[in-house]
Amino acid sequence: MANTILVVCEHEGGAFKSTAFELCGKAKELGGDVVALVIGDVDPAPLGRVGVARALHAKGADVAVHETGVFVRVLEAAIAKVSPNVVLAPASPLGKDAMPRLAARIGAGLGSECTDLRIDGGKVVGRRPIYAGKALVDVRIKSPVELFTVRPNSFHAPPDSAATTEVTVLEVAIGDADRNARVTGKEAPATAVVDLTEAERIVSGGRSLKSAESYDKIIRPLAAALHATPGASRAAVDSGYAKHSEQVGQTGKVVNPNLYIACGISGAIQHLAGMRTSKVIVAINTDKDAPIFQHATYGIVGDLFEVCPLLTEEFKRVLA
Amino acid sequence: MKIGICMKQVPASDTRLKIVDNKVALEDAKWEISAYDEFALERALVAKDEGVAKEVVLVTVAGADADGRLREALARGADRGVRLDDPAFQGSDSLGIARVLAAGIKAEAFDLVLMGKQAIDDDEAQVPAMVAELLGWPQVTVVDKLEIKDGAFKAWRRASGGTREIVEGKLPAVISCEKGIVEKIRYSSLKGIMLAKSKKIAVQNAAGLGIDPATVGAGAALVTNDAYGLPPARPSGRILEGDSATRVKELVRLLRQEAKVI
Repeated sequence: MANTILVVCEHEGGAFKSTAFELCGKAKELGGDVVALVIGDVDPAPLGRVGVARALHAKGADVAVHETGVFVRVLEAAIAKVSPNVVLAPASPLGKDAMPRLAARIGAGLGSECTDLRIDGGKVVGRRPIYAGKALVDVRIKSPVELFTVRPNSFHAPPDSAATTEVTVLEVAIGDADRNARVTGKEAPATAVVDLTEAERIVSGGRSLKSAESYDKIIRPLAAALHATPGASRAAVDSGYAKHSEQVGQTGKVVNPNLYIACGISGAIQHLAGMRTSKVIVAINTDKDAPIFQHATYGIVGDLFEVCPLLTEEFKRVLA
Repeated sequence: MKIGICMKQVPASDTRLKIVDNKVALEDAKWEISAYDEFALERALVAKDEGVAKEVVLVTVAGADADGRLREALARGADRGVRLDDPAFQGSDSLGIARVLAAGIKAEAFDLVLMGKQAIDDDEAQVPAMVAELLGWPQVTVVDKLEIKDGAFKAWRRASGGTREIVEGKLPAVISCEKGIVEKIRYSSLKGIMLAKSKKIAVQNAAGLGIDPATVGAGAALVTNDAYGLPPARPSGRILEGDSATRVKELVRLLRQEAKVI
């Protein structure tokens, strides 16, 4: 019997995030009967690209602004309507905020920030990092509804297929008690970038940059040339070269890109904790004994002030 | 205002580990207060410095071996601690822990509960939201700036792509803390350590908290962990040779043709 898998499909600015396609694709690969959950004013039709046949759509003024209490109420209603065996959500700020509250509300188990999912004995089992990625563990859920959040970029979106998504409107009664934490404003950064936790390419700078000016002059153009998101080590952030929201590491963001370029970063355990699952790691450092080289796919022992600008030009040439 | 700090004792972040008998074995583990809980504690102490909070109380689910960490937190300026300890709590999953904490919190009538956004050992990030739900309180998670006054909170939380959301609501509430909510952590002074010796750590068990043992512990756990393993070893990398221009060209070629990531 196939599992019915409800997939929370996140969107921004009128378009689905790649996690929506990644998770719907994975759910299909797990042999599930996939139902996409779309909350808010976006057209579910693009989900047909990953073979989603059914979608639940909650829309209207009540759910227009994402708030914890509203989101959890919608999830609860979707579960009541579809009776899924499994609910998958991205381990995004939104998913990580709502899913544990949902778990407590319905008395279900939650596997947090899994980096892999598989079927074992007919049930979905998650695999997730613990101790800042120093170990991995299988997580099994005993409750009738199994909840999982999944680290972005853990799966590839499947190749395009042409399915038509049948959309059912989900009516949800939102009460005053659900609105106990109101979003009253937003502060957007100066330039919009793909969130580090969702980025497929990242260029990070470390303490060797010596100044915020150098970080801006060396790292940001390199990231831009590669269509990457800029990141930084803790040492660089603590020295004021970059913002904390750009920090990669144990007390920063945990990232999962296809390509991670570490410039002037020594590779302390706490930094590794944030980027060790990167598919390809490039290290540029003057110190040939820097620990980062033990984890790098490709290494350049050299001065980032010389190497990075050349790399920026080469990426521009090749990726133009 | 009375602020509760939920804190967890964890192995130090640089502890090495091995897998032995399908369990994690820690080498020379030194115990510390989970880093994000330290930010929560510091934020409460700042509120006390500013005269906004009158009392800062520590709450932890742990055995007596955690008293050292409680004394450290008391030495920094917390007023007293409550340790929730019962064999029935052993093997609890996050929901079980949340149930125990919620019972401890209810007994104290806090105006505000702060804790780290996640524990740095299991990295689950579930307990704060679960506690809020069990108490029926508002939650704001991953908060890097907090204003509290007159029975209300205003919190800045990290959303995607460097955006921050501003969230407001009434107290009591549960706020989970991100790095940046305070500028730096104060460590204990000699005076603080001396004063901490006479601060109280109360111990509560399941019966005292009115917790039904069937709702907590290993028996009630809905999430089980097994098949512990180390992450797959990375094959040895390649150090590129030649002058900078040569190495840069070679790197880009390899990224495209060999690694196929661009």
